[in-house]
Amino acid sequence: MDVRQLQVSAIKNGTVIDHIESKNTFKVANILHIEDEHQLVLVGVNLTSGNLGKKGLIKIEGKNLTQDEANKIALIAPDATLNIIKDYEVIEKKKVSLQDELIGIVKCFNPNCISNHEKVRTRFYVERKDLPRLRCHYCERAMEREDIELL
Amino acid sequence: MVSLKDRDIISFRDFTKEEILYILSLSKEMEEKAHPDLLKGKVLATLFFEPSTRTRMSFESAMKLMGGEVIGFVDPGATSIAKGESLRDTVKIVAGYASAIVVRHFLDGAARLVADTVGIPVINAGDGSNQHPTQTFLDLYTIHKTKGTLDDLAIGFIGDLKYGRTVHSLAYALAHFRSYMYFISPPSLRMPPDLLKELSERGVKFQEITSLEEVSDRLDVLYCTRIQKERFADPIEYGKVKGSYHLSKATLDRSKVKKTLKILHPLPRVDEMDESLDETPYAVYFQQAHSGIPVREAILASVLGVKELD
Repeated sequence: MDVRQLQVSAIKNGTVIDHIESKNTFKVANILHIEDEHQLVLVGVNLTSGNLGKKGLIKIEGKNLTQDEANKIALIAPDATLNIIKDYEVIEKKKVSLQDELIGIVKCFNPNCISNHEKVRTRFYVERKDLPRLRCHYCERAMEREDIELL
Repeated sequence: MVSLKDRDIISFRDFTKEEILYILSLSKEMEEKAHPDLLKGKVLATLFFEPSTRTRMSFESAMKLMGGEVIGFVDPGATSIAKGESLRDTVKIVAGYASAIVVRHFLDGAARLVADTVGIPVINAGDGSNQHPTQTFLDLYTIHKTKGTLDDLAIGFIGDLKYGRTVHSLAYALAHFRSYMYFISPPSLRMPPDLLKELSERGVKFQEITSLEEVSDRLDVLYCTRIQKERFADPIEYGKVKGSYHLSKATLDRSKVKKTLKILHPLPRVDEMDESLDETPYAVYFQQAHSGIPVREAILASVLGVKELD
């Protein structure tokens, strides 16, 4: 068996989130609330990767990502790939991608925005997907990646 | 054909150049001819969560000049809001009493939230430091009227460019008209960086500077704003920038401005513009304030769907 494959064990059915920028791996783990999982969860950091140098990887047995989780991962780790595993085989592989509009998953960075004062679900338009830039539906301010805070 | 029937007037992001020109043409028509019965039977609710003189009174006057009625409040302390009612609940109730709502609020995005909540047209009369679109329509109307065009003008913005919502709205609108913009402010009151980035992406040419003298001979229009004490959390910070600029007839005579320069100001002024300017041909700010009536008549008539261009 290839030694590289031994770095993180395989899962039977579930999701593998690969190509996470290594330093963001635990942020992604938080998004997925892995502490609440009852089945196997494997988290790897500082794994060797051609493109990223060092990468992070998370494998979760029995997990299907929700759309909100996929959007949140795309904000924190825009280069991540999702692998859907069935019977130890990758049956689908895709890059994470932001939807055009994000509802209720990001906090507006503007303290004077009405969305930080009234009970209202936040709403952002995605103006750029690779290096995420979001514009608030309410106050119209644009947030760059470093300003983004997840709810 | 352009129609703004049932539309909300929240931000210049929502308008095409064609729609902007449509409102300006309709404003001219309103100024030239009275329409005393146009809004008979219509009721405008004016909800002012922040103080206002010109905007509120010109909306009321515009409505009444067209035969409509006005309800509303200027002191939220005397309403259910003081009992802790949410903005959304307040406006849901008001929407049952009126044909359209005008709202001014101290929080950015409040007008958009109101528009999302009710089914009648909502007009933003200023939301925090975000936008003040009806002021911008009358600024554009005044520039067009006094310069004969909106195209290819060199426009200086001076004063509080960070918190000044009229500046944000106007710069965004003028991006449709190939303006060259000079942003003149103390370093701590510069234009928000995300807005500058957006202007740049829309192809606007601009410069940020700290002194008017550097560009005074190039300007066709100077848009002056007040340093807004109420937007500063820290009075010491306000103290540092208050009085940064003081325009007077003498300073303009010295700085070799174009004879055709026009100076606008959304008013109220404090000490940034001396009264010695008032009688000079540069000053158009009182004319600008008076344009509030025909421009707001045009906006009300078009969103209420009773007026389209003749």
